[in-house]
Amino acid sequence: MTIHSPTSTTDEILDVTDRTEAVNNGDASDLARTAPRGPVMETRDLNVFYGDFHAVHDVNLSFGRHEITALIGPSGCGKSTVLRSLNRMNDLVAGAKVQGSVTYHGEDIYGPKVDPITVRQHIGMVFQKPNPFPKSIYDNIAYGPRVTGMKVTDMDAVVEDALRGAALWDEVKDKLKSPAYGLSGGQQQRLCIARTIATRPDVILMDEPCSALDPIATARIEDLMSELKTEFTIIIVTHNMQQASRVSDRTAFFTARPDETTGNRTGLLVEFNRTQDIFEAPADPRTEAYITGRFG
Amino acid sequence: MSQFTQAGPPARAGLPGGPLLTAKRRPGEAVIQGLLIASALLSVAITFGIIVALVEPVIHFFGQVPLGDFFSWTDQGSKDLRPAVLPLLLGTFMVTVIALALAIPLGVGAAMYLSEYATRRTRAWLKPTVELLAGVPSVVYGFFAVFFLTPTVLNGWLGLDVSFTNSLAAGILVGVMIIPTIASLSEDALSAVPQALRQGSLAMGANRMQTSLRVVLPAAISGVAAAVVLGMSRAVGETMIVALAGGSAKNTSPDVGEGHQTMTAFIAQTAQGENPVGTASYNMLFAVALLLFLVTLIINAISIVIVRRYRQVY
Amino acid sequence: MNVAAVTASRATTQSLRTGGNKDRNVASLVFLCALWFSLFFGVAVLVVLIVDTAIAGAGRFDANLFTNYESTVRKGETGFRAGILGSLWLMMSTALLAIPLGIASAVYLEEFADSRAWYNKFVEVNLQNLAAVPSIIYGMLAAAIMTILGYTYQGIVLGGAIALALLILPVIIISTREALRAVPQEIRHGSLALGATVWQTTWRQVLPSAVPGIATGTILGLSRAIGEAAPLIMIGVATVRFDPAWLTDKVAALPVQIYNLASAPQEELQQAASAAIILLLLMILGMNALAILIRNKFQRNW
Repeated sequence: MTIHSPTSTTDEILDVTDRTEAVNNGDASDLARTAPRGPVMETRDLNVFYGDFHAVHDVNLSFGRHEITALIGPSGCGKSTVLRSLNRMNDLVAGAKVQGSVTYHGEDIYGPKVDPITVRQHIGMVFQKPNPFPKSIYDNIAYGPRVTGMKVTDMDAVVEDALRGAALWDEVKDKLKSPAYGLSGGQQQRLCIARTIATRPDVILMDEPCSALDPIATARIEDLMSELKTEFTIIIVTHNMQQASRVSDRTAFFTARPDETTGNRTGLLVEFNRTQDIFEAPADPRTEAYITGRFG
Repeated sequence: MSQFTQAGPPARAGLPGGPLLTAKRRPGEAVIQGLLIASALLSVAITFGIIVALVEPVIHFFGQVPLGDFFSWTDQGSKDLRPAVLPLLLGTFMVTVIALALAIPLGVGAAMYLSEYATRRTRAWLKPTVELLAGVPSVVYGFFAVFFLTPTVLNGWLGLDVSFTNSLAAGILVGVMIIPTIASLSEDALSAVPQALRQGSLAMGANRMQTSLRVVLPAAISGVAAAVVLGMSRAVGETMIVALAGGSAKNTSPDVGEGHQTMTAFIAQTAQGENPVGTASYNMLFAVALLLFLVTLIINAISIVIVRRYRQVY
Repeated sequence: MNVAAVTASRATTQSLRTGGNKDRNVASLVFLCALWFSLFFGVAVLVVLIVDTAIAGAGRFDANLFTNYESTVRKGETGFRAGILGSLWLMMSTALLAIPLGIASAVYLEEFADSRAWYNKFVEVNLQNLAAVPSIIYGMLAAAIMTILGYTYQGIVLGGAIALALLILPVIIISTREALRAVPQEIRHGSLALGATVWQTTWRQVLPSAVPGIATGTILGLSRAIGEAAPLIMIGVATVRFDPAWLTDKVAALPVQIYNLASAPQEELQQAASAAIILLLLMILGMNALAILIRNKFQRNW
């Protein structure tokens, strides 16, 4: 795979376009080479609609265990929509409809007898804006184990472990009973991560978890993600390409294609590969344009 | 970190390799949801209950009394039953018109002050104060009309020749009572007008009065109209003020200085007398009530249509 | 800068300094005064009403007002014991009926219902209509229910409670829905993403956050119920001379007593009615003040 500098000539770009077509049209060996082995979750021909609006078109992804997968792309490219369809948070949007399949350990999470509540117990989520509950720090953590019916003999230990796991324990151990709203934005976000890991999910989805935070808080969350990777499988949506290149093992680049008649923008997957390859040797000119800052 | 070493693929309950995500049975939640739905359906049941409760006696009533005697200006038929309803409609109409003539300018004016001139701080205590007017029981307003407004203000200060019970006093106090309804809802509509419209007008050199009257009010007119219509339905349905201060005799004269029995006053005053179940006088109550219900229903439907059709999308 | 430009700029500056202020011209001031008048007319009526009634009833603020039953024989010592106790009974039983039902309907409509389904839209429009139905109509519905139960026109506590609960149910539903809507969506999503069910989310997160708003709306609804006379007249609430002890006992109510005394010709009774009005207003103003206090003190700005 050749490396394209930002100053590639038109001819070179055309050349690459042809190659990309080949990849996207199902060059099976190429896809197999880039896909993780023994994936925890996979999407097959995932399409998401909001009413008549076609939000995402034919997304095929697989997420490897103990890896961080980053979904990147310009705003409106459907990356958050894909993320929300991975634990059925899209069910909460009126009129949302999902086609294709999303499997978790081989089981379709949109299958007929599947319970979305159970899905979310296995696949947790951290949101863009920190959203602690208006309760104490302790109760924020204990809430998940309580509502999901986990058999907990020592809740204090669960809370401590979760807070240590989110690198927050030392900062809050003396004020566990004080309201979570008193914490700083970065602390609140780490509390939300702690809250999520307290229910011991398998996969953690993160929807732009640092976009509301300052650079120092962002750095702490990024460090935390690398630690959490040893225990969990993480899928993160980010608009920050540096962040994706710093923390993730694999990266999926999305873009949006306007519909010719309606002008509605439908998101589609352009390229999915090891992060290093995406950033150093993107196969698609659109990816390259985006990561070099010429587009988006 | 001991707790986390178990994170990863969850222990599979039951058969190894069996489904992970199958729906759990949550019977308690199903029961709760059923109860919630039942409560929500209760409001529909109430509407049907009202219709059934009113319509059934009315069918009997029109078996006892000809339709023409009901929709008539003068009482005909037997001496005990006085079936004419048109004078009651006139009474309701007069009180409503007087009330609206007072409440529309005052209500919209108060709303305009609150939304265009008052600071956040003043509005925070002015609005609840105005809303207190709606909290005063209507029987208290009625009492005030009979013992103060008519003798002291209308007869005394203004020297008007009005009788002990009269539509003017009743209408004025019904108007006072619905000021908060009109003011509060109009204020919501005026406040919803985007700041950019005001700034656009002010930037062209208009002053605040011109901006309020020519830009903000027209932009919010549908909300203000809906508020007025809702106030109107309150006025039509108001009972105790008119039962005390508006008179207890049917009157077809257009003189607001005289008492005019309204639909609601008729129902309240007649209900306190002897009306054995099933008699024509008992069923008459329901006939008037059904008419009142239909009138308020139509008024309310108009307000819903106004809001739907002319809702501005900013 | 050449001479012409200097002149031009000077001219502009001068014409801006008209010495007047367009917001202070006569029309604007008249307009502002009209708005002030609109705002304070109602308040002035309320003040005059309270002062006049307080003066009229001043002679009767004594213990007898609270402890005696109504008497047309010893007019100077007539009291409102039955009405006060009756109104409290009615308020309590109305609250027990209306609050759970109202909150449950609101929770269903806000948290569970698919707002685009036609039947839920129907419930919605129906609710708007019920909020505008005259109180006396609710009295007639309650009267019909009481006839079915075998208490035709007897004016018992249960009948009054049903009439008043029907009346304030739409008020409670609408204000509870507003309080629920004010709870940010992120709280719900945070809870659901942890694997909580919709009901767990509602019960443990949304409702506790909405309590101040719900309490405010409920208290305002009850303060409306306690002042209502029309629906009670329809189910036959009249003057009694004993304390209610159970739901099937006949009951008196303060507003109905005031209504009946207003048409009594004796001045002593009118004086007593004025005193009773002040009592009723104090109860209602107290409840309103409490509601505003809760709203201002506990309502969270998300």
